[in-house]
Amino acid sequence: MIRIKCPYCGLRDHSEFNYIGDATKIRPVSPELANDEEWFDYIYIRDNPRGVHQEYWQHITGCRSYVKVLRDTVTHEVLKTGLPSDDLLFSYEAEK
Amino acid sequence: MSKYSVLGLIKNAFNDNKNWERAWRDPEPKKHYDVIIIGAGGHGLASAFYLAKNHGIKNIAVLEKGYLGGGNTGRNTTIVRSNYMLDENALFYEKSLKLWEQLSHELNFNVMFSQRGVLNLANSDSQMDAITRRGNTMRLNGIDAELLDRRQVKKMIPYLDFSKTARFQIKGGLLQRRGGTARHDAVAWGFARGADQLGVDIIQNCEVTGFKTKGNNIEIVETSRGPIGCGKVGFAVAGSTGHLASKLGMKLPIESHVLQAFVSEPLKPIIDHVVTFGAGHFYISQSDKGGLVFGGDIDMYNSYAQKGNLPLIEDVVTAGLAMIPGLSRLRIVRHWGGIMDMSMDGSPIIGKSPIDNLYLNCGWCYGGFKATPGSGWVFAHTIANDAPHELNAGLNFDRFRVGRSVDENGGGPVPNRH
Ligand SMILES: Cc1cc2nc3c(=O)[nH]c(=O)nc-3n(C[C@H](O)[C@H](O)[C@H](O)COP(=O)(O)OP(=O)(O)OC[C@H]3O[C@@H](n4cnc5c(N)ncnc54)[C@H](O)[C@@H]3O)c2cc1C
Ligand SMILES: [Zn+2]
Repeated sequence: MIRIKCPYCGLRDHSEFNYIGDATKIRPVSPELANDEEWFDYIYIRDNPRGVHQEYWQHITGCRSYVKVLRDTVTHEVLKTGLPSDDLLFSYEAEK
Repeated sequence: MSKYSVLGLIKNAFNDNKNWERAWRDPEPKKHYDVIIIGAGGHGLASAFYLAKNHGIKNIAVLEKGYLGGGNTGRNTTIVRSNYMLDENALFYEKSLKLWEQLSHELNFNVMFSQRGVLNLANSDSQMDAITRRGNTMRLNGIDAELLDRRQVKKMIPYLDFSKTARFQIKGGLLQRRGGTARHDAVAWGFARGADQLGVDIIQNCEVTGFKTKGNNIEIVETSRGPIGCGKVGFAVAGSTGHLASKLGMKLPIESHVLQAFVSEPLKPIIDHVVTFGAGHFYISQSDKGGLVFGGDIDMYNSYAQKGNLPLIEDVVTAGLAMIPGLSRLRIVRHWGGIMDMSMDGSPIIGKSPIDNLYLNCGWCYGGFKATPGSGWVFAHTIANDAPHELNAGLNFDRFRVGRSVDENGGGPVPNRH
């Protein structure tokens, strides 16, 4: 079991959460100006790292909010969690 | 190298089976190969085999970081079928199924392909409509499909939950009689032996660690056994595709996820076909040794670990019990995981890449084992001709760029939904 610390509910089993996916993809800020290449990148292309991955989980059987999680894709260790607006990768790198 | 035959069996039996020759060589890597295939799973080995056999290319290596067949090829639940609806998938997988039907003869190696039939159950009226449509589409493409009603399913497979109180009533099923299973290891071994006999160097314990490029070409493949020069390079590394591509700064429409599989204690023959559930994700068959082989969903989160988690096991078993209550007293004796290359539309990518002399074979999701011979066939064609075979032209990387995804389930660009 992976244990995820929800900022509202505390440490919970991952089976309470729904995995949403890669949190590093950002929707083009001005959709009407974005070109095909930017849409292609946003919709289809993923870093898919072997190691540290920043991702969203939704606490569906708890408070139902989105939680940002920094997790290692090889060991499944949760390195950091926070609010959707947090840049966990940045603070993780800074603390290292 | 000698051909396997009844005569050979008898001869070797008289010598206490001590004189069998190696099934393939263990060569040192050469300085340069015309084609380097990375990954000695079924797909890499089949590609090398058909490159040598169909296209007469001589100087080929397959590089494998571990032992051949130790990846998903040796970890899968071995279901073989071609029950697809979209042309890009249907025609490709049907070609693959036709190759399966001849494979043991072609390789002179028994891959134990068993056409025991694959039955997809429908557990609701809308699913009944969906499988009717699927079956009709398959038949229009010349692929065998039979629609069974509840009574026919009951006659064929009485051990399902046909009780009045069953949570998920069985409405019927779609049967592909030509589908079935094969022996996973034998497929890797058969292609390895066949490729080796045609002069392909299969180099195990040789991990690709990086690349040296010039312009838009790969010149050198860096490995744990030293640098190797290359003409063309093919990726056939399944769940490791994203990681290997990152060595070239290349990003793909792929995520790696872990899929688990399970084997029960051995039983007398009970499950004669491959059966899949309609109300949940569950598929089951019985191996020749008697163990029930089954699986379900991926663990859902990105993973490069060849092991899964317990909540998923509970999920799979719950679905299994809803389908076959008689499994409840059975013990699971082994379970394991494999890293799957989940693509953004659920269909594979076989074709050219953004790098001139690199070709991609990835994105197999839950179902690349059945593709093994077909994948090798069209990938070899693509590499030899620097252009796709008509059967993989629609399965190219660029389809995503132009938004022409091949999304069989209509799941959208979310890899864990396919
Ligand atoms: C649990 C499970 C059940 C499945 N069930 C089915 C099923 O019922 N039916 C079906 O059709 N499909 C199924 N699949 C999918 C199927 O197993 C795969 O799609 C298929 O076997 C992939 O074959 P491959 O040759 O591409 O990959 P693999 O067999 O994984 O081979 C890739 C090889 O590349 C090697 N490699 C990786 N990185 C490097 C490197 N840097 N250098 C050198 N070598 C490297 C690996 O060691 C590996 O041997 C299942 C998969 C899993 C995990
Ligand atoms: Zn919460």
